Amino acid sequence: METSLYYLNVGSAMFLLIGMALLLGRLLSGPTLYDRVLAVNSFGTKTVLFLAVFSLIIGRQDGIDIAILYALMNFIATIAVLKFFRYSSLDISMERGSGSEEKAP
Amino acid sequence: MNAELLQWIQFSVSAIFLVGGVFFVIAGAVGVLRLPDFYTRMHAAGMTDTLGAEMILLGLIVQAGLSQTSLKLTLIAFLLFLTSPTATHAVVGAAHHAKLKPKLGKYRAPVPGEVPPVKIAPKPKLKAKPKARTKKKAK
Amino acid sequence: MIRSALVLLVILIAYWLMLSGYLHNPVLLILGAISIFIVLGLSVRMKIIDAETAPYINVMALGYFVWLFVEIIKANMAVVKAVLSPNMEISPKTTKVPMKQSTDLGRVTFANSITLTPGTIAVEIGDDKILVHALLSEMTAASGFAEMGKRAGKAVGDPMLDNLEQDKAPKGKS
Repeated sequence: METSLYYLNVGSAMFLLIGMALLLGRLLSGPTLYDRVLAVNSFGTKTVLFLAVFSLIIGRQDGIDIAILYALMNFIATIAVLKFFRYSSLDISMERGSGSEEKAP
Repeated sequence: MNAELLQWIQFSVSAIFLVGGVFFVIAGAVGVLRLPDFYTRMHAAGMTDTLGAEMILLGLIVQAGLSQTSLKLTLIAFLLFLTSPTATHAVVGAAHHAKLKPKLGKYRAPVPGEVPPVKIAPKPKLKAKPKARTKKKAK
Repeated sequence: MIRSALVLLVILIAYWLMLSGYLHNPVLLILGAISIFIVLGLSVRMKIIDAETAPYINVMALGYFVWLFVEIIKANMAVVKAVLSPNMEISPKTTKVPMKQSTDLGRVTFANSITLTPGTIAVEIGDDKILVHALLSEMTAASGFAEMGKRAGKAVGDPMLDNLEQDKAPKGKS
């Protein structure tokens, strides 16, 4: 029973790696900048899933903590990169009530 | 006897969720590769983020049983559920703000023989547009 | 304010216990309690605690999430069918969807629900309208969005603009 669960997890990890390889194709060939950002973001989601599966394969909890961190970092990285593209600076406050319309130069 | 049956149920439920999740993840990756323009690719990526991720994490939760591991996996599922639409909206919003035009109307995948004209045709247009703009500005 | 601080306290305690898992070591429990109260004190002093920092979710919201999950599964099937079919017949379309939520939380819930459902993405959010990009043109039916908006507003206890306008007709927005 243990071994069949093990093989199930290994198989899904392999398929996740295949999905990540497919996304790398879009990352390298993406015609616009935003295609690449999208590919990186989706790649990060798959990395989180892979880490979660991998930590069950090796039977240790540490991988799941890393997966939580990776999920948060992936989100913050995407937002930061897009903010930089949009305002060409990270030094703009996005306080509540200042509105979504940009008053930036 | 009974414990073995429970283990089989656990295995099969987990297998159903994992296989379904992996299917949606691969379908999302294929969609990101196949779809014609940026806005439509976002839909395929969103598919990976929602159902693919949640199903894989559900399968792992079933495997982990009642333990701290399954609580942490639930936390990951919750975080992905909250953050992935926000990230998607940020990417699309930035692209829309940069005046990236979506392709609208009906679209069909080109038949293999038709691929070269379809792929080559847009490129000179893209290169020609900035030149035309600069000429207008120069005048 | 006090209720939000209490909600944040409960969330922090649950979060600490979930991530650390130390239930039987008194020294670590005391250290965890100290760090929780430091975080709580800092957030109170920074004045970042309000109903948005620590939203409490009522029972109605759980029903909404179940409904949303069913919708997500349905939409996923349609998108998978469109993407994996060999000649990939898609018909991308943009529409403007009226948004009748009045609070920020209600708007965020509605826009996030639209984006979570594969096949529809909220592209830009205006004052009372959302620009939505859809993969298949049959996904842009106004009735579906109206129902989702109604349910989303109900789940987070949002006074919808329709009801507000009935109360005070001249002042629709504040």
